[in-house]
Amino acid sequence: MSNDNPTLRESHLFDRATIHEIQRAASEGIYRIRGFGAKRALPHFDDLIFLGASVSRYPLEGYRERCGTDVVLGARHASKPLHLDIPVTIAGMSFGSLSANAKEALGRGASEVGTSTTTGDGGMTNEERGHSKTLVYQYLPSRYGMNPDDLRRADAIEVVIGQGAKPGGGGMLLGQKISDRVAEMRTLPKDIDQRSACRHPDWTGPDDLEIKIRELREITDWEKPIYVKVGATRTYYDTMLAVKAGADVIVVDGMQGGTGATQECFIEHVGIPTLAAVRLAAEALQELGLHRSGVQLIVSGGIRSGADVAKAIALGADAVSIGTAALIALGDNRPDLAGEYAKLGTAPGFYEDWQAGNDPAGITTQDPELEKRLDPVKAGHRLANYLRVLTLEAQTLARACGKSHLHNLEPEDLQALTLEAAAMAKVPLAGTDWIPGLK
Amino acid sequence: MERIDLKESGLRGVNRRLQLREGDAGTAAFEVTGLGGEHSVAAGLMHPIEVTLKGHVGYYCAGMNQQARITVEGNAGVGLAENMMSGLVRVKGDASQSAGATAHGGLIVIEGNASARCGISMKGADIVVKGSVGHNSAFMAQAGRLVICGDAGDGLGDSIYEARIYLRGKAQGLGADCVEKEMREEHLKELSALLAEAGIDADPADFRRYGSARQLYNFKVDNAGAY
Repeated sequence: MSNDNPTLRESHLFDRATIHEIQRAASEGIYRIRGFGAKRALPHFDDLIFLGASVSRYPLEGYRERCGTDVVLGARHASKPLHLDIPVTIAGMSFGSLSANAKEALGRGASEVGTSTTTGDGGMTNEERGHSKTLVYQYLPSRYGMNPDDLRRADAIEVVIGQGAKPGGGGMLLGQKISDRVAEMRTLPKDIDQRSACRHPDWTGPDDLEIKIRELREITDWEKPIYVKVGATRTYYDTMLAVKAGADVIVVDGMQGGTGATQECFIEHVGIPTLAAVRLAAEALQELGLHRSGVQLIVSGGIRSGADVAKAIALGADAVSIGTAALIALGDNRPDLAGEYAKLGTAPGFYEDWQAGNDPAGITTQDPELEKRLDPVKAGHRLANYLRVLTLEAQTLARACGKSHLHNLEPEDLQALTLEAAAMAKVPLAGTDWIPGLK
Repeated sequence: MERIDLKESGLRGVNRRLQLREGDAGTAAFEVTGLGGEHSVAAGLMHPIEVTLKGHVGYYCAGMNQQARITVEGNAGVGLAENMMSGLVRVKGDASQSAGATAHGGLIVIEGNASARCGISMKGADIVVKGSVGHNSAFMAQAGRLVICGDAGDGLGDSIYEARIYLRGKAQGLGADCVEKEMREEHLKELSALLAEAGIDADPADFRRYGSARQLYNFKVDNAGAY
């Protein structure tokens, strides 16, 4: 923010946002809860650049030569692995946090381009199952709505240990979003501020997780790929332990990962950036001899563009997952809703109160009137368009590096613009062969 | 009665048979031997069959059970009948931690004692324990009834929602937002029916009822000290 009066100097330490938060805390006496994700500046994929082909490498023709984008997930132990056309999936977001129309739109958009979508804390809805060709069913600590019939009609199972916005924290759904249907699905009273458990009720630690995964396989006849999702913290060890426990796919959600409702101190201060996490997870898989051949790595947390997709894959991901960007593609933070946002004291580009249930775009709400504003067919198509653009952009960059498949991208194709990014991504600082911490 | 030896058939063979995956209902009653404390025995059953497990079982026995009536003639490990939807699970011995975790329906009877977190996050099932239960039982329990004929460890009913607890002995301590409630006629009747269904001879009048004070259902700064 700026102020044109040069005699007014804003404190870097106590800037206006900080001062406002202190005043709000003093007034309300409770921590700030909000949606969206981390807003602070963090080392990210923007701090990396690709080394396009040159004398020593030759590129592929932009519009003619094939650059594959497909990915197989879960072939390690599952008899029915997933085959996705593009390596960009839709992350878990709950019905409750999102409207039924939003969930349907996510399914429609993902299915249109041959990728998967994911349930969330609160169970599986028929709208979501019906409109998602490939649906991943989350197995969460709360087990809201969890039942074996849904487990069997899912295409894969994701055991959620944590998420990037709040590693170590449980879900949260405030009373204004607990409609009759949400309450019934979660077996909870209406209008309460619902707190999901932060750890699973019937297992603790990696040895138990191994037994739990085997139980899920027994119940589903060893058909379904089983993912393990962690918020990015001790990512190297978490990946090692999840693989040892029998996971087919590891999902690592960096601290930029979005949320429907979380304490702001959690969003901004817990977890490590996606940039650091992807390399740690890939290294763990490489050490186990399972990278690109056995266990797949899905990375999420701040994926916005095809460049982010390509960079994540080059650093070792097999696929990425999007949440916040998918909601924006559906219609969140739209400029034409400026008047509506103004009534809520915000503006397009700043709206973050996904916890409040009064989303004018009809996405993060359970209000039947607001929900009607989101046409799931049109919104789904917008999402499909966006997913196509992400894929085309990633292909463009991969071809420029001479790669005939996105999975042929590698760290050697990247250099870093900052010391922090070089150290986290373990690629050289641009123009040097220096990788801080390694050389 | 069809007999299956787990040592011969392996876990996969036992569970596939009990899940009636081959489309052959065959007999409606099974007896499984050679258990050796194996995990996930009789997990994911889907049909109204009778199953007798002749010995001790490990984790997640009868996990997510639907309709089957399963008897364990021994002790059960962690997560007995976790997320059960319907049916009956009876353990003749003791049960380890998290018995009946998140269970949505059906009846779980533990004739011995149950360890910590019995009925954690239960969502509608009924659990009757002839002996005592460990700490944090009925933690975040949402719906259903937990009957304890013995004593309860510390933190009973911590952060409980709408589940009801009936306790004959003493609780070492109650968890956040769990309070003793009046035992009305309808509760005596309900408890009497549960005890009868579980086959346990006890006088409902000897029990006390516990449930949620509903003070922590919404975030209020005044409640910060309760956690």
